[in-house]
Amino acid sequence: MLKTTPLNALHRESGARMVDFGGFDMPVNYGSQIDEHNAVRGDAGMFDVSHMRVVDLHGDVAEGPRAFLRYALANNVDKLTVPGKALYSCLLRDDGGVLDDLIVYFLGEDFFRLVVNAATADKDIGWLTKLATQRAPRLSIVPRVDLAMIAVQGPAAREKVWRAIPNSEPATASLKPFNAVTVATPFGELFIARTGYTGEDGFEIVVPAARAADVWRALQAAAVSACGLGARDTLRLEAGMNLYGQDMDESVSPLESGLAWTVDLASARDFVGKRALASQSVARELKGLLLVDSGGVLRAHQAVHTSLGDGEITSGTYSPTMKQSIALARLPAGIAVGDVVHVQVRDRRLAARVVKPPFVRHGKVIVT
Amino acid sequence: MDLPNDLRYTDSHEWIRAESDGSVTIGITDHAQAALGDLVYVELPKPGRSVAAGEACAIVESVKAASDVYAPLAGTIVAGNDDLAGKPEAVNENAYAAWLFRIQPADADDVRKFMDAAAYSKLIAEA
Repeated sequence: MLKTTPLNALHRESGARMVDFGGFDMPVNYGSQIDEHNAVRGDAGMFDVSHMRVVDLHGDVAEGPRAFLRYALANNVDKLTVPGKALYSCLLRDDGGVLDDLIVYFLGEDFFRLVVNAATADKDIGWLTKLATQRAPRLSIVPRVDLAMIAVQGPAAREKVWRAIPNSEPATASLKPFNAVTVATPFGELFIARTGYTGEDGFEIVVPAARAADVWRALQAAAVSACGLGARDTLRLEAGMNLYGQDMDESVSPLESGLAWTVDLASARDFVGKRALASQSVARELKGLLLVDSGGVLRAHQAVHTSLGDGEITSGTYSPTMKQSIALARLPAGIAVGDVVHVQVRDRRLAARVVKPPFVRHGKVIVT
Repeated sequence: MDLPNDLRYTDSHEWIRAESDGSVTIGITDHAQAALGDLVYVELPKPGRSVAAGEACAIVESVKAASDVYAPLAGTIVAGNDDLAGKPEAVNENAYAAWLFRIQPADADDVRKFMDAAAYSKLIAEA
């Protein structure tokens, strides 16, 4: 039995094509995935991302969430000094495998908020709860199933949110990227973060579940296009962002997943997975690929033949912005940007060039 | 969902039109294009190739996935719709106008074995 978000009935009314994503019945598109993609690159689109789970951590300052997260997360929460600031991090196992990737928000020394992936939410909560019993027994871990989340993305996203949601503009006009604020609005108290998964400007809005449909309709009235998970995938891949379960999972280390920048091995801080990563030899690296030949579309699990051995595509698609196929691929370490490799597409080996993601940012193609 | 009455349909979602010269034209149904989503690549069989019934002989790729298109009946490929190479989205725009390939069937009577619009309509309603 698939789970549903508070916006499920609205998606079905609008004729969305629904799929199972992480155990949720989610819209993959409402018509043309490419039109939805282009709406986000050129104007504003919105996504129901209520399948993702908000998890709040509350604790007293002395034995609080900061000390716990300093140990639980691979990125360092001590980078978060101003309330509202967000940080991207992996949650690792002891052996360095990636349990999940998440965003952590610092809201107060007694209150941090995590946003985790849908399919991994229960596993994450179980893992954190077990870790907390050892390290921070008074910490309270609260999954917020009473909340929904809508991402509004694109160059016109912020302006359209301000038009749709009264009181939102004064509170968020000066909000910097990767920061969030709580705003009292006619739709209840909203948590508005200037974050996203598309490579465009915009907001992710956490809203009480009972008011999610009202916010969605208000955004629709402000001419924000409804977009499905199909467009979300092509947008995030153009933006060079990993998808958990596809580009990394428990069997690989963040160092082999293009996520070394999120792992802080230099400081004295100890964290789960640190010892394993410190002694690991990095044999593979996640790189971008741009298809040079014609003859198909790059897809996950296609083999990549290189001068140093074989690799594999982890995510591949057709880029609507570049009108060319692009991919993320785990390749033997030593294969460099600019090298030409060959991807096995059915019975052919198609040439592709190794590039450094992102492919597209803020509407502009940046790899050539 | 649009289902022309003058066509026959396969359970793998191809449509078949019998032409007056004895050849048959093959495309994918409106139901199939909607399920695939925006098409971005089409690969067609070369004229002269002999195909067996049920043989995969064309590929359509959408943003989401690659999918085989099967020769519904045995014969020889006589044409591919080369206009689609630069414009695969034509299949999304009108799946019955944007044909994929033509076969000269070994036995023209084979066409009658396939579902008519009413039977295909029932199949996709049950799916």
